[in-house]
Amino acid sequence: MTQVLPSVSLQINGQPCTVAADATVLQAIRSAGLHVPTLCHLDGLTPVGACRLCLVALEGHPKLEPACVTTVAEGMVVHTHTPELEGYRRMAVELFFAEGNHVCAFCVANGACELQDVAVEVGMDHSRFPYQYPHRHVDASHALFGLDHHRCILCTRCVRMCDEIEGAHVWDVGYRGSACSIIAGLDQPWGEVEACTSCGKCVDACPTGALFRKQDATAEKQPHPERAQQLAAARTDHRWRNQ
Amino acid sequence: MKAAISWRCCDATSCRAAGAAALRQRLVAQHGVERVKSVGCLRLCGQGPLAAADHEDGRVELFGGVAAERQLDPEHPFFTLQRSVVLERCGLVDPGCLDDALAQGAYTALAACRQLAPKAVVEELERSGLRGRGGAGYPTGRKWQLVAAQPGSSKVVVCNADEGDPGAFMDRAVLEGDPHRLLEGMAIAAHAVGASEGFIYVRAEYPLAIERLRRAIAAAETRGVLAGFAIQLRIGAGAYVCGEETALLHSIEGGRGTPRPRPPYPAVSGLWGLPTLINNVETFAAVPAILRQGGAWYGAMGTATSKGTKVFALSGAITHTGLIEVEMGTSLRTIVETMGGGVPANPNGSLGVVKAVQTGGPSGGCVPAALLDTPVDYESLQALGSIMGSGGMVVIDESLAMPELARYFMGFCAAESCGKCLPCRAGTVQLEQLLDRFVERRATGADLVQLEQLCGMVKATSLCGLGQSAPNPVLSTLRFFRAEYEAAIAGAAP
Repeated sequence: MTQVLPSVSLQINGQPCTVAADATVLQAIRSAGLHVPTLCHLDGLTPVGACRLCLVALEGHPKLEPACVTTVAEGMVVHTHTPELEGYRRMAVELFFAEGNHVCAFCVANGACELQDVAVEVGMDHSRFPYQYPHRHVDASHALFGLDHHRCILCTRCVRMCDEIEGAHVWDVGYRGSACSIIAGLDQPWGEVEACTSCGKCVDACPTGALFRKQDATAEKQPHPERAQQLAAARTDHRWRNQ
Repeated sequence: MKAAISWRCCDATSCRAAGAAALRQRLVAQHGVERVKSVGCLRLCGQGPLAAADHEDGRVELFGGVAAERQLDPEHPFFTLQRSVVLERCGLVDPGCLDDALAQGAYTALAACRQLAPKAVVEELERSGLRGRGGAGYPTGRKWQLVAAQPGSSKVVVCNADEGDPGAFMDRAVLEGDPHRLLEGMAIAAHAVGASEGFIYVRAEYPLAIERLRRAIAAAETRGVLAGFAIQLRIGAGAYVCGEETALLHSIEGGRGTPRPRPPYPAVSGLWGLPTLINNVETFAAVPAILRQGGAWYGAMGTATSKGTKVFALSGAITHTGLIEVEMGTSLRTIVETMGGGVPANPNGSLGVVKAVQTGGPSGGCVPAALLDTPVDYESLQALGSIMGSGGMVVIDESLAMPELARYFMGFCAAESCGKCLPCRAGTVQLEQLLDRFVERRATGADLVQLEQLCGMVKATSLCGLGQSAPNPVLSTLRFFRAEYEAAIAGAAP
């Protein structure tokens, strides 16, 4: 059954567009064939507005707003790539690279990494902020998968995927500030968490090489970020891929 | 000393730490237990433990020290320039005794309110011009109006008692000194917005406040003065960010205390998705007086946009450390120099000099000594790059370098960041390290540029108020004390 929703008209980077009244600004941007970088957002999962890459400027509004959690409004005038926003985005990507240990050359996700893609997109070839080289660890306790915390950007896509789609809630965020990390179960080795169904959806959702299949070597990771949306659609709308 | 008819002995946290138990024991031994009453904060905390002697002719004497050896002057401007509204019973009432609170007028405003339509109560609040005392200054009446207008019969009233700014102890004084006042304010709010359930979220670092609130809630419920409005306590777990309203609500729900993007605002969708009224302790505590004396009475105090009174916790390099409640619009000079007695003299005898006044804690900024005539109101402080904040006021003298102050607050924010959004989690760490370079005088010109750029980025792009305001101590000291940063660049002339 399709619902007919009222629609609203807005303008994005000077381009008019019309979307459903309950659409987010991000959906509107995409429907207009435009693009804004995202990392924590994944279609099919509850948006959290944490990575701040999709911030946009709204005319007449004093603050920048994350496109992923902002609902459109009639007459809204959106700018996705002002010089100010581009400067902030580049700094944000630098901060991501500086806070973890991201070495593309020997990463499983090299060539299929959203962080790498965003870096290329904003033109970041080095960080002006000192690299922090944090002491993190690798959890290889699971039979099939591994978690390399050095590559984790704390987007919480795995947390939401496991909680909202798989319903197992294996993952959570522990600690705070720069000491934050993704934790399995009650901060146990992943392999010891009985709630884990070994479905691998968290690996599919991970934008970087933090979560990986053990059989994958350098540059062999094949992420499936589309799966969250497919499964969510299958569940709520009974739309299956093979139909 | 002449025999007084009764003694009031401060039994709040700071006087307890200074030896209030010994002072009380001594007074009880001398005058008998029935003539010594335990009360909340007597204001001049720096001279604690404090005891006040009430004489038959109405004269009040004030003493400090475990042997009450220092006689203090109750006619000092520190006391006489105060205007007690929120703190009207603090220091007079026994916080552990409902009968004493009732005898001093507690719950009369609530009883009178119940005879009024909820709408009339909200209108009275709007008339008063009261604005949120947690720091942001949102008009309280408008907030109540928003929650009252929400459909549905299940609504919640939440009190934010997660006071965590360094140098802030206003709410603690209310909680420890007159807990029934908060309960009454919340019950009035519940009547006004149509809520039947309330929560008080108190930080775990306030054990005495928690104990007194527990006792007050139990007594009020047993006596039925809250008429069915149920209040539950929730204790924090040591996270500063839980003072942010959406993080606080997550924490009450049993989740991780992390902020979420707004809208939806709690007024529309708060605790468990219910319309939720959330106000700070001091805001609720102002309500009974407003309802009793009228919104117009309250609105007559203060300035055009900042009405009423505000409680400040005065500390730092100042002669009279303690708690003051003054009319909005009082100048910083009056507060710091006249009431606070200025900076104490240096050990070598030279006069102490005020360098700046820090307001608003880690979200605020520094007002330089040259601008001490600034009236204390929301707009004036904001115009100077600081904020009213919750009421911490720390006086800074010449001995403290501004990059060091900025680094302290940045370190605080980095440690208290929840880690959810990138700019706050990673940006504050980088800012703290940049500030290290200025403190250690090994910065470069490029560091100064980067410091300002990153401050701008963290301020503009962080998710919640903690990150958005974390650069404020840096930006405000850069604005008024830029020379100190420039002098910290390696190779600069000393």
